[in-house]
Amino acid sequence: MSLRLIRRKAVNALMLALTGLCTFIATGTLLYILGYLLVHGGKNLSWDFFTKLPTPVGETGGGMANAIVGSAKLLLLATAIGVPIGFLGGVYLAEFGGNTFAYIVRYVTDLLNGVPSIVIGIFAYTLIVLPQKHFSTLAGGLALSIMMIPIAIRSSEEFLRAVPLALREGAMALGASKSKAILTVVIPAAKNGIITGIMLNLARVAGETAPLIFTSLGNRFWSPGWEQPTAALPVMIYNYALGAYEDWHQQAWAAGFVLLTLVLAVNILARLILSRQAHVPR
Amino acid sequence: MAASSTSAVKARPPGRAQSFQQRLRAGDDLTYAVTFAAALSILVVTALLVYELYVHSALSRHKFGWSFLVTRTWDPVAEQFGALPFIYGTVVTSAIALLIGIPLGVGAAIFLAEMAPPGISSGLTFLIELLAAVPSVIFGLLGVFVLIPILRKLEDPIRSVLGWTPLFQGPFYGVSMLAAGVVLSLMIIPFIISISREVILAVPNDQREAALALGATRWESTWRVVVPYAYKGITGSIFLSLARALGETMAVTMVIGNDPRINASLFAPGYSIAAIIANEFAEAPGEMYTSALIELGLVLFALTIVINGAARILVASTTEKGGS
Repeated sequence: MSLRLIRRKAVNALMLALTGLCTFIATGTLLYILGYLLVHGGKNLSWDFFTKLPTPVGETGGGMANAIVGSAKLLLLATAIGVPIGFLGGVYLAEFGGNTFAYIVRYVTDLLNGVPSIVIGIFAYTLIVLPQKHFSTLAGGLALSIMMIPIAIRSSEEFLRAVPLALREGAMALGASKSKAILTVVIPAAKNGIITGIMLNLARVAGETAPLIFTSLGNRFWSPGWEQPTAALPVMIYNYALGAYEDWHQQAWAAGFVLLTLVLAVNILARLILSRQAHVPR
Repeated sequence: MAASSTSAVKARPPGRAQSFQQRLRAGDDLTYAVTFAAALSILVVTALLVYELYVHSALSRHKFGWSFLVTRTWDPVAEQFGALPFIYGTVVTSAIALLIGIPLGVGAAIFLAEMAPPGISSGLTFLIELLAAVPSVIFGLLGVFVLIPILRKLEDPIRSVLGWTPLFQGPFYGVSMLAAGVVLSLMIIPFIISISREVILAVPNDQREAALALGATRWESTWRVVVPYAYKGITGSIFLSLARALGETMAVTMVIGNDPRINASLFAPGYSIAAIIANEFAEAPGEMYTSALIELGLVLFALTIVINGAARILVASTTEKGGS
């Protein structure tokens, strides 16, 4: 072997090691801190966390039952508004798209997806909080729904497109109209993918904090109905982590544990289901 | 809609089939109309978003004009507002994030797409996709309680090596632009990796095979053929991460220190656009203050739109050229 070849092989081995090291550092650091959260947060978790209200400032104990319910309500509202619009928009792009209008919609959807969540929060604030002059579950849910729409559109489109053309042609050859083919053949075929896409979407907005801090604000008590400020899990983590009390920090860890476990579980499940299907849009 | 269905029906012979056809057409038209309305609503929502930001920042825009962008004062009492300290903090923290994130992210992407055995690669890729899904408030929590203590331990070594530069002067309390930049880098690394990896995988295989057939080593084919081919897309993935870093709110707000002064030292606390909006918006006293904060939101919006737009074009140009 010539010297030159030895050098080239050495460079090859060196770069393999170097890029491997990059991967190791990147994943290792992230795994370390997440592992830290799971261990530390799990330790601080108790049954009270799920069943009790936050205690008055200064008292220890209590839980975040209202924040868990609050998050669930916000997500329900966000899904009720965001998913139908996103899904139907996705049907349009997949089944009737291909024109300039569809191109513009895709482009704008991507832009909207890139808008920082805090800006979406301002939008919901000017739209609902400002005219109503009070913070509310409604405003928070709307902010989250706007975050959900772009991803719902793109993932629905992606999964509908993955349905083979032959299925559509088969339905239409049997005399079905286009709408009948879409409703009874295409959408059922893409159903699993679309539902998983919605789950991933939910997992993403479940952790959103920025659009909530000045729309649904926060609440130390239960928040009946849709017109009052409500607590939400991510906002509680934010407030409690920055609070001055050790007990609050422990609650923040517990809340972080619950949120992260939820998000990761949904993601793992969804990706296992999808692992042999169309790729997941971001 | 009505006109087109009547003309279509007229062309056909009369009878039961006609009304059947008509109903089919009506169903198609309805489906089209409903889905079209949903697609249109995206454009409406986005337009409304821009309109609301623009209108509600009017007060501040008229008072300060373009000088808003280059003024250093942020004085709620005197109602004098300038965005410069926040733009500075946003840009500096994002720059730190990219400085750490690009080498690690692109290096790891190259490893996963080109160098690693497939078994290792697919497992790690799955892991990285999961890490990309971690909410930002979780990164903030870990930043406050894990990363800042680590950085404080690293303070002396950093000072002894880089202490002579203006970047590492002054006292270090933990919360700082440095901490914010490092947290941001952790958040964007999974994104750089997963998008760059996809772009690299989209490079046609004949490119690699040709290089290997000419006797190139794995690394030479990667570095001289695949990476140049995927260059635009990798740049795009970096732009996308930059847009995320600029708009990232919670993690930064929790560790940046919230100090609206421009300071050359990375050890000093700072403030970012997203962080001041998060901190002040709910309790902003007075319309002028709210208006100035909304104008900051408008600035952030414009910044991320421009960078995102450029990134999408770059990523699309590579994946469409190569992918099929």
